[in-house]
Amino acid sequence: MNLAYRDIRHNLFRFLLTGLGLGLLLGVVLAMIGIYRGLVVEALAVARSPAVDLWVVEANTRGPFAEASRIPGDTREAIARIAGVTAAGSVTYQTVETEHMGGKIRLYVIGFESTRPGGPPVIVEGRGIGRSHAEAVVDASAGVALGATLRLGRDDFTVVGLTQHQVATGGDPTVFITLRDAQKLQFDLAPPAARIQLARGFADAGRDTINAVVARVSPNTTPDHVAATVHRWKHLAAITQEGQELILTQSLVDRARRQIGLFTSLLMAVSAVIIALIIYTMTMEKLKQIATLKLIGAPDRTIVAMIVQQALALGAIGFSLGAALILNVKDVFPRRVVLEVDNIAALGAVVVLVCLVSSALGVRAALRVDPASALGG
Amino acid sequence: MPASPGIAPLVKVDRVSKHFGEGETRVDALRDVSIEVFPGQVVALLGPSGSGKTTLLNVIGCILDPSSGSLDLDGETVFRGHRWLRADLRRLRLDKIGFIFQFHNLIPFLTATENVALVLQLAGAEADTARRRAHELLDYLEVGHRKSAMPANLSGGEAQRVAIARALANRPRIILADEPTAALDSQRAAIVMDLMRRVAVEQDAAIIAVTHDEKILDRFDRRFQLRDGVLADSP
Repeated sequence: MNLAYRDIRHNLFRFLLTGLGLGLLLGVVLAMIGIYRGLVVEALAVARSPAVDLWVVEANTRGPFAEASRIPGDTREAIARIAGVTAAGSVTYQTVETEHMGGKIRLYVIGFESTRPGGPPVIVEGRGIGRSHAEAVVDASAGVALGATLRLGRDDFTVVGLTQHQVATGGDPTVFITLRDAQKLQFDLAPPAARIQLARGFADAGRDTINAVVARVSPNTTPDHVAATVHRWKHLAAITQEGQELILTQSLVDRARRQIGLFTSLLMAVSAVIIALIIYTMTMEKLKQIATLKLIGAPDRTIVAMIVQQALALGAIGFSLGAALILNVKDVFPRRVVLEVDNIAALGAVVVLVCLVSSALGVRAALRVDPASALGG
Repeated sequence: MPASPGIAPLVKVDRVSKHFGEGETRVDALRDVSIEVFPGQVVALLGPSGSGKTTLLNVIGCILDPSSGSLDLDGETVFRGHRWLRADLRRLRLDKIGFIFQFHNLIPFLTATENVALVLQLAGAEADTARRRAHELLDYLEVGHRKSAMPANLSGGEAQRVAIARALANRPRIILADEPTAALDSQRAAIVMDLMRRVAVEQDAAIIAVTHDEKILDRFDRRFQLRDGVLADSP
């Protein structure tokens, strides 16, 4: 006879209510894990989108994301000629703020060369950029509809395609435009400033500048080998894709990652204390019944099993409700909440462990009950 | 019912003493208490609060170690000198002793049937067998119509009958009752006493009850009066 099941059945509403409370707490834990994972995924999204092996940037910088990097526009041709490089593309990155539908939105503008690496990885709606000017592919999270007009700098762009989950490390949606448009947006001076530059004799200087060259290498060589070749040019530095991702996760999101990690650990500790208190209270309420069970001959293992099974059932109910809640509302969060099966399974395993440890307090109290206390009023 | 010559007692308490604490804080709860209870007998342990009744019941129920003396249950010496001779007292209680409590102590999250069947299953019975036997006992104690009821929905008398059914589940030959009628009115107390007598006679069991309930005193075969841990048999 399963005593834990019968006790739960008898106090089902109370048990479910307790499970719901625990579920909300575990839901928050799961949300924090998802936010943390989302932070990492978002941080890497822009670096991963060109699907390249090597980033060539300005010497002595860790650009283009962690530090500013400016290199000549013709660098791409030099890189493309290196043995082992199969494709190379020039890219620019900048953050702009613009107005749309009466409100301001921050966008991360990526300039790339059509037919070369650096463009949007997947278009989920519409098409890629087909014209050399005034067309844009925008991430869906910007809330800009296909066919809408977006003003960037002094030019209007027509949105011809939408991407998904392409955001910058700060969560700003990306906008892909042609390299020429991006250079104009980034390096063109305002007319008064241009006039001053012209008067100083620097007419149209420095327009053909890019932030990085991205390159794919042949399977017959390694990115490190190509990087070593690039390092011979003193004005350039080369970072492998692996290195770029390391920079992004360690430099840009490391503090946020640690902050969220610490907060998640605290929440888990709070959950453990709450589970322990609930199980302990449930056990203390049953001391007379436990004494009676002992007196009529129930072995300790029957009583321990009842407490541990209830702790596990509480954890399972709480975890299921929490997981269901977060999986249903995660898309409402302003930034990505990424929950993989392994994250959920890992938290499930932790909850089982916490329930087992937490039930120890209740088990200890139950084992100390004197069967003689069942006698008398 | 007087004991027949040649019949062995089901419970034999021989010169049992029990003290708590040592030195100035020492309290002698039982002093050289000896009693014998025979099959079919229903006996009462009487005495004021603190006289040692419950201590004696706990010793006979194998849940309290005596300080000295010996205890025989159903022909087997289970305690002698200063130690238990049986290693598994839980199993001994499960097989040989049934308990009836003042407030019935039914497990509140089990139905009447499950409360009775639990004891049988703890002793190793299959679930179906335990359920059948539980139904038989509840019918025998005339609460068969309440077999699916939860304890909270039973009247005091019904709950006590279910508790008696639970005490009888493993056919123990020794039944210990702690104030079994204290929570019942006169009419229901009389019914419970009649039931206990019927069980003692039909199942050849010995019933030892601690009671203060004067309205049922004349229904016991023997009454043992305890005062300050010393026994004064009052037939």
